[in-house]
Amino acid sequence: MATTAPAPSRTKPTTSAHRVPGRRRSPYPGWFYLPAAVVYGVLFLVPTFASFYFALTRWTIFDSEFIGLANFVQFFQEPALVKGFTNTFVYAVVTSGAKVVLGLGLGMLLTSQIVGRGYLRAVVFFPVLVSSVGVGITFQVLMHPSRGAINSALGVFGIDGPGWLVDPQLALLSVALVDVWKGVGLATLIYMAGIVSIPKEYYEAAKVDGAGSWTLFRNVIFPLSWPATSTVITLSLIGGLRSFDLIWAMTRGGPGFTSDVIASVIYKQYQAGFYGLSTAGNVILFLAVTALVLPLTRFLARKEVEL
Amino acid sequence: MARRRTPTRSRALSGLAALALVPLTLTACSAGSLGSSSASGGGGTTITWLTGSDATAQATATSIVEAFEEANPDIDVELDGRPAGGEGDNLVKTRLQTGSMADVFDYNSGSLFQQIAPEKNLTPLGEDVVGAVEDSYLPQVSAGGDAYGVPYGTAFGGGVMYNMDVYSQLGLEVPKTWAEFVANSEAIKAAGIAPVVQTFGDTWTSQLFVLGDFHNVLAADPDWAEEYTAGNAKYATDPVAIKGFEHTQEVHDKGFQNADFASAKLEDGMRQLASGQAAMYPILSGNITTLLSVDPEAGDRIGFFALPGDDAATNGLTAWYPNAVYIPNSTTGEELEAAKKLAAFIASPEGCEAQSQAAPPTGPYLVEGCELPDDVPQVTKDVQAYFDADAQSPALEFLSPVKGPALEQITVEVGSGIRSAQDGAALYDQDVEKQAQQLGLEGW
Repeated sequence: MATTAPAPSRTKPTTSAHRVPGRRRSPYPGWFYLPAAVVYGVLFLVPTFASFYFALTRWTIFDSEFIGLANFVQFFQEPALVKGFTNTFVYAVVTSGAKVVLGLGLGMLLTSQIVGRGYLRAVVFFPVLVSSVGVGITFQVLMHPSRGAINSALGVFGIDGPGWLVDPQLALLSVALVDVWKGVGLATLIYMAGIVSIPKEYYEAAKVDGAGSWTLFRNVIFPLSWPATSTVITLSLIGGLRSFDLIWAMTRGGPGFTSDVIASVIYKQYQAGFYGLSTAGNVILFLAVTALVLPLTRFLARKEVEL
Repeated sequence: MARRRTPTRSRALSGLAALALVPLTLTACSAGSLGSSSASGGGGTTITWLTGSDATAQATATSIVEAFEEANPDIDVELDGRPAGGEGDNLVKTRLQTGSMADVFDYNSGSLFQQIAPEKNLTPLGEDVVGAVEDSYLPQVSAGGDAYGVPYGTAFGGGVMYNMDVYSQLGLEVPKTWAEFVANSEAIKAAGIAPVVQTFGDTWTSQLFVLGDFHNVLAADPDWAEEYTAGNAKYATDPVAIKGFEHTQEVHDKGFQNADFASAKLEDGMRQLASGQAAMYPILSGNITTLLSVDPEAGDRIGFFALPGDDAATNGLTAWYPNAVYIPNSTTGEELEAAKKLAAFIASPEGCEAQSQAAPPTGPYLVEGCELPDDVPQVTKDVQAYFDADAQSPALEFLSPVKGPALEQITVEVGSGIRSAQDGAALYDQDVEKQAQQLGLEGW
């Protein structure tokens, strides 16, 4: 209904008033933006800018006291923070790397002519739809060192499985593994779209030139699906840097501080009632993600143009 | 065109439907008054009591409400539930701040009580309400000379639950010094039983060696808590205070822990203790309810002793005071009168009795005229004995508002061999500094 009604009336003013085509005036007045602008302003802009101020105060839920940059000084002295930063980068790099490799592989597999393709596509994509917390709690049970299904299965083959989530060396990588399991479906989807959009002529031309499957991959598929690669890297890197829900559900940053990431360090400060400190932490996280992702997207976009 | 229009419209419709559902689901959440037990008698005053949402908390509150409504037929009390831990803290603080707190609520006493700004948010209670409360308890719920709460539940101790069968089979005695504790552990280990249960799956249980050792710190220096609040005494540099961290590490280094200490949870620990697979479990005596839930017969087999220090002569218990029931100042008029009646009822022998019926007491009630029933578990009797002998000190959190939030992570690291005791104590001193600054204390 709504889409058919305005169609005839929209053509009328342009024909009668000889306006420049392309810079056509919208039939809707500007204040139509107002409701959306109010919602956006109240729920996003005001809190964001308020947080820049509150990061400079020591506030409780009842009052606040201006203390300059002391929160930032304190946050950088936080011993868990150094660990948190390292872990965050390890986590972001491991998950986005694995998603690129597995996503590309699965993307190629699922665009080729194989049996049960539709079913397999659904299976690969399914974990994306499940809530992170649910996945986290499920894997926490599966990865239990003595009662978990994973170690029981390994036990059948005589392998003494490790304490996936309680071994300080392994905890972060175990969570990263689950993150990859959960996120690879989306990466695969993006790659499938990228691979399908490569024109057939390239394949045919390459085949005529006698290219094998490796050459085909190396010189046609990989370079021409670069937009997909850059999207996957950007999305999963941002996701990895901000990752919180899965880690919190699975280890709460433990054992001790060994799988803490920036977001969980911030959350713990907030939980302890250090609101100013955690606001400062969020400002730092915001700046760190921006500083990393902006140049990266520039770089990836430039590479895209070159191709 | 026609084919494209249909999905757009149905999507818009489903979007609208989703929007329409949002307020519905929201109201469904807030209206859920958990386990309302009132028989909805006609015409009286109705008040709401916000308490824990777990089964024990609900059962205890329900038992009190039933007895109270019988004595006051014109008052209805409805129960509301809140989560435990940090999430529950936030909920309480937010609801107080926004003036939307229930008419009555229960919450921690001591330093956490000071953090909810009692003078700003709570109603002071007069002698008619707090008259029967023991004097030793009142400082924990007072600010600026006024008392704001009545004790809810019993006091409990932080120490060691031990399997008395294992002890008698091996001919061991309850240790009065740390050296004896280690000697006992060696003997138990030699018998093929895990000497000490640790359950880092529930991180808070890792703190007991540090928190439960405070009686020994206080025995060595009675002014330690004041010095600590003033920022002069530190865990890392005080030779007595650091013992708690050192003991945590020693138990790990000497291999006294159960094999699955890293992932075991409180229930697993209790099961091992009750079955005799393990002999000693540093824990709060209040967790006797967990022990009885995994093994209802264990009440007679499991005893309790205080964490020993270096000197047998000053051996005693680190004690925790019960939570309190408070009335926010957003409660007024008839509801306020009814709320005060409920608070006075909780701090009366009838109130204690109603609590004992719902769950076994874990230590003494701090209300005059309240007696423990005869059939309490052995752990409770052992805790009571320390109170009777006056060999107990309050835990540090009742003497000082300074308590760092990361202690449980630090003690997990120390107890898992990730970090040394010295390093852990130093890290905790840093953690504590933030809390002191947040509270605006002098000298930090």
